[in-house]
Amino acid sequence: MKRAPALALGLVLIATPAFAVDDPSEMLPNKQQEQRAEAIGAQLRCLVCQNESIEDSSADLARDLRHVVREHVARGESDRQIMAWMTARYGEFVRLKPRLSVGTVMLWAMPVLALLAGLAAAATMLRRRHEAPPLSEEERRRVAELSNATGQD
Amino acid sequence: MSELTRRRLMTALPIIGAGALGVGFWKMLGGMGSGNFDPHAVNAPILNRPVPDFSLPGLPGMGDGFGSDTLKALTQPVLLNFFASWCIPCVAEMPELREIGKRIPIWGIAYKDKPEDSVRFVQRDGSPYQRVASDRSGLTAIDWGVTGVPESFLILPGGRIAWHGTAALSMDTLHTEIQPRLSAAEAGK
Repeated sequence: MKRAPALALGLVLIATPAFAVDDPSEMLPNKQQEQRAEAIGAQLRCLVCQNESIEDSSADLARDLRHVVREHVARGESDRQIMAWMTARYGEFVRLKPRLSVGTVMLWAMPVLALLAGLAAAATMLRRRHEAPPLSEEERRRVAELSNATGQD
Repeated sequence: MSELTRRRLMTALPIIGAGALGVGFWKMLGGMGSGNFDPHAVNAPILNRPVPDFSLPGLPGMGDGFGSDTLKALTQPVLLNFFASWCIPCVAEMPELREIGKRIPIWGIAYKDKPEDSVRFVQRDGSPYQRVASDRSGLTAIDWGVTGVPESFLILPGGRIAWHGTAALSMDTLHTEIQPRLSAAEAGK
């Protein structure tokens, strides 16, 4: 058994830690489908660890969900269908990239609107400082009246 | 005159817009404080819906399992509790579950657990469950939006889900969260 140590060393070198997605038994045989499944999984939040995608997480539930995603991909479902399946169960929170909604539009529009409001306020203030408003009919009459009065004196 | 009002309008519009957004955000923050709005609500979608379709086997020696048909045929409210023998909060909630079970029937679903372990776990100090089923794959739990055990659901007659709790059940939860929903359901009848 001279070869035993070498064999043991070889096995140690071959053995890779069982990281989430690197387990080949989890992957789909079709390479394109597997890539799609990984892309979808990268958009789905692991609900146990919450700030990892299910592709990155080693949680039990994440593994189950990866498996479910692969089943749906193999069945030929579209990305949208799979996302809908997930949100029906876990809500919008399961998406790592939030969808466009009233809330997210508000979030994105806020800086633009604040800038516009500031510009508008600045513009009106500057304009008010530089140009005196034209005299109204009433004021013109009053000026004429006053100058006439002083002329008579 | 019209020149002046138009300019005023142009100034006012962005301010009104920003004001509206401000009010919106204020409401969101208020809702987060009072618990009406929770952006992290993982489990909101299932509420006020009929129970998802499933059919699960029972545990050995503990009667038949059950499924969505059984829950939809209910004539009285039931608490559905997902548990596992390997889950520590599940051990902790068992004494209170037995108490709660005296007020409202509790049905159990063993989540990703060996049936014999589940049986031992349930029967150790007396079962709080009227019926128990086994979800070995955990796929039924995914349809319910379960993210970890223990989680519980209040199911109203006809199989409508009225409440979802993601922590161990306690008498406190029964009084503050479950009873009000039961009363509301009674009143709505």
